[in-house]
Amino acid sequence: MSKFKTKQGKGSPAINTSSLPDIIFMLLFFFMVTTVMREVTLKVKTKLPQATEVQKLEKKSLVSYIYIGPPTKSALYGTNSRIQLNDTFATVDDIQEFVAKEREDRDEADRKFITTSLKVDGLTKMGIVTDVKQELRKAGALKINYSTRKGKSNQK
Amino acid sequence: MARKAAPEINAGSMADIAFLLLIFFLVTTTMDVDTGITRKLPPPVEDTEDDIDVKDRNVLKILVNNQDRLLIDGKPGDISQLRYKVIDFITPHPENPEYPEVTSKYIEQLKTEIVVSKGIISLKNDRGTSYDMYIAVQNELAAAFNELKDRFSMDQYGMKYSVLIDKDKIDAVNAAVPVAISEAEPEDIGGN
Repeated sequence: MSKFKTKQGKGSPAINTSSLPDIIFMLLFFFMVTTVMREVTLKVKTKLPQATEVQKLEKKSLVSYIYIGPPTKSALYGTNSRIQLNDTFATVDDIQEFVAKEREDRDEADRKFITTSLKVDGLTKMGIVTDVKQELRKAGALKINYSTRKGKSNQK
Repeated sequence: MARKAAPEINAGSMADIAFLLLIFFLVTTTMDVDTGITRKLPPPVEDTEDDIDVKDRNVLKILVNNQDRLLIDGKPGDISQLRYKVIDFITPHPENPEYPEVTSKYIEQLKTEIVVSKGIISLKNDRGTSYDMYIAVQNELAAAFNELKDRFSMDQYGMKYSVLIDKDKIDAVNAAVPVAISEAEPEDIGGN
């Protein structure tokens, strides 16, 4: 007359897995909703520098991006940093046009809130970045954001 | 022909299909929020002839050369000192002629006048400076001004600038501690 029954010989009962698809679907919907597909295919490498004093960029729809960095296909395009606007390589002269087009795409009321996010590779020289900044000044896109990752600074 | 009962569909593989989709979205998802240092560019000037004269003592010159070396106010410096030098420079020192001039500024939200420094940080970099270094310098400057804002905010409201919620208070701190960074056009000194 033992108080504790021995479990031997009984075998574990089968777990009911009929709700497994539901759980998986729930996860699936979560990821489907949160996922953001990249709009542009990057032709340049942008390993962003790190900084500690970063601010979050709000309102993604009001941000236009300029990518600067060494081309991914370095055999074809060389290793010098290039500017990428939308899906193609561009030169400094194309920036004013790009800014004008980005403005056209937004509502009239939102136009003055457009931020230009500069996604620049850390190893890029400042020359090209300065040229871009000068063009942005001329185009009147004065709100800029140096895109950085949060973390310890790269420089000692 | 008599209607047969519809055969039951085997739903056993439903989980597998869902798993497949789940893994696809898991792989493609990017959760990163865009972060960065926000700056405002000065509006373009037509004629560069009329430079505004600023007294020498009011300007802290920071130069970055194409070897990523720093020159702070004429002396070679290290990036780790930059933050404290800037904080020290911008903090008002009314009696000391070594420091920038001070002026009193009326803050609308506080309804009082406070003493603010007329100091300006002048940042000049070479065309050959690396972006990493430039961001590191910008980061230190941002850190310095954030620290100054925190100090002012602590004095006035007893809490840090980053946790202020009231828009009036945020505006007041921003008015009292203006981010005075001037960027000169870069020179090609180093020959890249």
